[in-house]
Amino acid sequence: MADHHFGGIKIRHLYKIFGPNAQAHVDAVQKGLTKAELNERHGHVLGLSDINIEIPSGRIQVIMGLSGSGKSTLIRHINRLIDPTAGEVLVDGVDVVKMNELELRAFRRHQTAMVFQKFALLPHRNVLDNTLYGLEVQGLERSKAVDVAMRWIERVGLKGFESKYPNQLSGGMQQRVGLARALANDAPVLLMDEAYSALDPLIRMDMQTVLLDLQKEIRKTIVFITHDLDEALRLGDQIAILRDGEVIQQGTSQDIVLRPADDYVANFVKEVNRGRVVHVEAVMAPPRAGFSPNGTAIPAGTTIEEAIRMIANGPDNDVAVVSVEGKQLGMVNLRQLAGAMVNSGSFASQNERALTEAL
Amino acid sequence: MDWFYEFPHMDDDSLRSLKKAIDEGFRAFTRAYGDVIEGFFSPLQHFLIAAERFMTQTPWPIVTLIVLAIAWGASRSWRVVLGCLVTLLAIGYFDMWDDTMRTISMIFVCTVLSIAIGIPLGILMSRSDRLQRLVNPVLDVMQTMPSFVYLIPVVMLLGIGKVPGLIAVVIYAIPPMIRLTDLGIRLVDKDVLEAADAFGSSSWQKLKNVQLPLALPTIMAGINQTIMMALAMVVIASMIGVQGLGQPVLKAIANQYFTLGIFNGLAIVGIAIIFDRVSQAYGKRLQKHREIVHG
Ligand SMILES: Nc1ncnc2c1ncn2[C@@H]1O[C@H](COP(=O)(O)OP(=O)(O)OP(=O)(O)O)[C@@H](O)[C@H]1O
Ligand SMILES: [Mg+2]
Repeated sequence: MADHHFGGIKIRHLYKIFGPNAQAHVDAVQKGLTKAELNERHGHVLGLSDINIEIPSGRIQVIMGLSGSGKSTLIRHINRLIDPTAGEVLVDGVDVVKMNELELRAFRRHQTAMVFQKFALLPHRNVLDNTLYGLEVQGLERSKAVDVAMRWIERVGLKGFESKYPNQLSGGMQQRVGLARALANDAPVLLMDEAYSALDPLIRMDMQTVLLDLQKEIRKTIVFITHDLDEALRLGDQIAILRDGEVIQQGTSQDIVLRPADDYVANFVKEVNRGRVVHVEAVMAPPRAGFSPNGTAIPAGTTIEEAIRMIANGPDNDVAVVSVEGKQLGMVNLRQLAGAMVNSGSFASQNERALTEAL
Repeated sequence: MDWFYEFPHMDDDSLRSLKKAIDEGFRAFTRAYGDVIEGFFSPLQHFLIAAERFMTQTPWPIVTLIVLAIAWGASRSWRVVLGCLVTLLAIGYFDMWDDTMRTISMIFVCTVLSIAIGIPLGILMSRSDRLQRLVNPVLDVMQTMPSFVYLIPVVMLLGIGKVPGLIAVVIYAIPPMIRLTDLGIRLVDKDVLEAADAFGSSSWQKLKNVQLPLALPTIMAGINQTIMMALAMVVIASMIGVQGLGQPVLKAIANQYFTLGIFNGLAIVGIAIIFDRVSQAYGKRLQKHREIVHG
């Protein structure tokens, strides 16, 4: 296993219809029957419709959408807590849908781990015994399981709480247990279904930081569900937006904020703090002929907010934006940056122009 | 218009021969298989005799100590232990010790039997709606059919004695055990169960690690109910030869000995309270770390 490179997750043409006679309606849905029509004519609920997502190994894929859009349904297909009506779910190249019961059990024990919105801890077990649940199920020796569990309990900041019961802990601490339980499994795939939605905002930020810090080290393939855009933008390497069981847009946070696919997405991103999301490349102007950068240069990938912080105290003129290799991509000034923070104007086109000219 | 005023029933001769046919059929069955059935139940008889011998032949101070130790172990409450002590001493002082020991041993065996049959059956029922639909009406019959009625076939099969008495008591007392096990498992939090699934638990691991522990308070309530119902059957069981506190009560009814009846009745109440408080306190202690301390 050591030198095997995990192949990521690929979801292909996934359909899920809820109802007693789901199979009979797949064809119609594939030919374009809508969710409303299906419900009206046949009394079946269209949970997911033609989902295609590729999640590279070691990345955080965020899935976003309003309540009832099918997020939980989708994530439960990855470890097959829900059986699809049609389609494939390839995890590390193996189709989860085709596994028999034994294979599926082994797959869940070793390849995936899950964190739940309502924590779902065992109330009669203390923190330690909750954390080692996955290892116990795998059949690992108790002493080894305790070692591993203790390491993760410490890692999520719960050292000293091993013998407390879940009801003696706050929500944030309970979810740390949930996270430790999932991480103790050391599975390449981590599934998080609105893991932080039940936490209050400060604790939530805290837990996001915990996850991001850990991820630098563990490099899991994480599927993270949320209906909070700020959370999505902060965590997601890739974001997919779901509505009524369909993916209506997927891409990076930049793609989502700068080029919302439709009104639904635009509505989502309207309230977002752009300064923290949009990168300077999206705002910069093409480099002027004869422009000679002086002093500070802003590396590409810096957010607008960061960039403002960097040049706020400097002189009030244009500053260069440079690529990792040091190539000059464009230039920005304080006014452009400040402007971009407050209006959602179409700097996308500007960005494209700048980039094509730079390259 | 005769049929209007009087229900047109089956004619007398047919009815009589129907009843006779059933009775005779059952009697023939008894003659043919009585021994086999008796043999089948003989381990139960040994168990009953051993339990009774232990309770009646162990010196009373030791029995008292054992009961108090169990009460303390289960409840961790001095009040419960003290209550047990006072009850036992009063029972002994009014010369009802031996009968009480016989009754306790009977209840003990009956409870063990009810748990051994009831919990597995309850587990099976919780897994299959069909089985639940099948078993539920049977349990209804067991609980509502007057116990005297099912005493008849039991006595016909096994005669008078401890085992038929035990069977009659178990039939009456086991339904809550089965029902509450089924209910407890069905009420287990779906989210926790899903988590167990997500970590790849086998169905035995789910049962052992999640369903039974989470259903335990409800199952304990079932055990408590079973014990109480078994005690309520003591007097009826004594009619078919079960020794214990029921027999003096029966004698008191026949001869109008008011005080004898009251004393033995109170002794039954006393041990009922002991069983109840101890098992409830134990159930509560099991639930301790579930009370919501933190929002
Ligand atoms: N077992 C089921 N039977 C019928 N319909 C279902 C079932 N499970 C989910 N649905 C339907 O599928 C749709 C998607 O549900 P899902 O739970 O995936 O939404 P969600 O995006 O996770 O919402 P939330 O944010 O509230 O958790 C909903 O319309 C829901 O009613
Ligand atoms: Mg959900």
